[in-house]
Amino acid sequence: MKALVWHGTADIRCDTVPDPTIEDGRDAIIKVTSCAICGSDLHLYDHFMPGMKSGDIMGHETMGEVVEVGRDNKALKVGDRIVVPFTIICGQCDQCKRGNFSVCERTNRNKTLADAAFGHTTAGLFGYTHLTGGYPGGQAEYLRVPFADATHIKVPKGIPDEKLLFLSDIFPTGWQAAVQCDIQPEDTVAIWGCGPVGQMAIRSAILLGAKRVIAIDRVPERLTMARAGGAETIDLNEESNVVATLNDMTNGKGPEKCIDSVGMEAHATTSLDSLYDRAKQAVMLESDRPHVLRQMIMVCRPAGVLSIPGVYGGLIDKVPFGAAMNKGLTFRMGQTHVNRWTDDLLRRIEEGQIDPSFVITHTVGLEQGPEMYRTFRDKQDGCIKVMIRP
Amino acid sequence: MTQPAMTRTVNPRARSAHDALARGLGWFSIGLGLAEILAPRALCRSLGLEGRETLVQAYGVREVATGAAILMSHDPTPWIWGRVAGDAVDLATLATGFEGDNPRAGNLALATAAVAGVTLADIVCAQGLTADKRPAPSGRFEYHNRSGFPRGLAAAHGAARDFAVPRDFRIPGPLRPWRDGRPAA
Repeated sequence: MKALVWHGTADIRCDTVPDPTIEDGRDAIIKVTSCAICGSDLHLYDHFMPGMKSGDIMGHETMGEVVEVGRDNKALKVGDRIVVPFTIICGQCDQCKRGNFSVCERTNRNKTLADAAFGHTTAGLFGYTHLTGGYPGGQAEYLRVPFADATHIKVPKGIPDEKLLFLSDIFPTGWQAAVQCDIQPEDTVAIWGCGPVGQMAIRSAILLGAKRVIAIDRVPERLTMARAGGAETIDLNEESNVVATLNDMTNGKGPEKCIDSVGMEAHATTSLDSLYDRAKQAVMLESDRPHVLRQMIMVCRPAGVLSIPGVYGGLIDKVPFGAAMNKGLTFRMGQTHVNRWTDDLLRRIEEGQIDPSFVITHTVGLEQGPEMYRTFRDKQDGCIKVMIRP
Repeated sequence: MTQPAMTRTVNPRARSAHDALARGLGWFSIGLGLAEILAPRALCRSLGLEGRETLVQAYGVREVATGAAILMSHDPTPWIWGRVAGDAVDLATLATGFEGDNPRAGNLALATAAVAGVTLADIVCAQGLTADKRPAPSGRFEYHNRSGFPRGLAAAHGAARDFAVPRDFRIPGPLRPWRDGRPAA
């Protein structure tokens, strides 16, 4: 089959690789009808996340039709249409029973590596380094879904892929980011980053009834899309002092809730602290650039909430933790517990409350995937979200 | 209704022509740098620059480091601009060789022309990479109608207030907004 394969820094190719096969009774194989490139895939593309090996298949936003089922899998049958959550879950461990699916204790087959890196293992992920299991991803014609009797979202026929695909990751991720804020009707929610997750977080905060949503970015078309979704915007090309601007917009009090939809690769050339981070990265003294975290801590209203869906991978430096402690801030973060939210979100899509396809700007075939990685990373051609139809 | 997506036909290469040129310049930088480090005496003799061997070796270290950075970095733009600055230093050094009666002035002129050519390639590459990453002008991509809310923005605001935030996602009572002297429900 054809698949998008990682070969090194900024080197992804459309290769021919062996078709997947059933390896365990709980498995299923799907024929991929749609998949997407995620912003977090760019951390792998740029090789900021450790643990990739040449030959790894990319992709963790995937849906398709079940074409083969393992003998112990009683939940699925050939012909079922499913969206595949990016977190692989067993559905049986203590964490899964609590709904903490992204920290499933059993699905990371490289548990020892994760224990060493993070202290304890987290869930296995599709196409996202050997730290999280080294499972082949879904930017391919076929995908083996391990633990498929639990790791799936059954979706009805008759709704186009475009509306359903993002149940795999960015829609529940943006939703969880907003839910972590426990949004109240009086709240102002500030959201850094208007990429796909930021766009979903904006819509989620609006649906959950935030009084104001303020989105922060530098890319004009992303800001336009943010405003379309109901956000006020701060254009970093015009306002360099985000903290002062947000304070001005909130009568000096700061937003009650702050969402970091940027993560480890904050823009590295426009502020002193991010230049400092870039220099430390160059000499391997820091792995991530926590520019947004610093701003959120400084501007958030005391006793407020910081919600962090943006991906961080390792070590950060010069985080004003004294300010965070003294202001009594609550930090909520983590990979998304996808299946915890998807029944509710699927209902909202079916009822017409939201149509997540608004974010798709490019639809291509697998062969064009490598070029689209670069276009997406460099924010060229108005690219916000790439959908791939293998 | 599903939003209309733009279907693009794009070149299936992973890298632009400027990225490919940058990689070529990176390998060239390493090759030239190794020659300067390993054979400074022969180089200086052929150019009539005897006595500058240590300086040439230092330039070689610079070339190798810059080349490695170009090849290892996901964004070679600043390193290519660094090469342009290095080219200027090289040209200035070569220019000093034309002072006095240099018996190798012909070789020196050829070397200067070669470095000038490489400088031109560096500038073209650096400008191209910079242009590749320049954001589109405001308003080029019209996404103002992409609300994602089929029933409109006004209807969407608060439409999910029926959602019961799970207990483990609720912020502690003292941190919730207060109404009438107690945390809001």
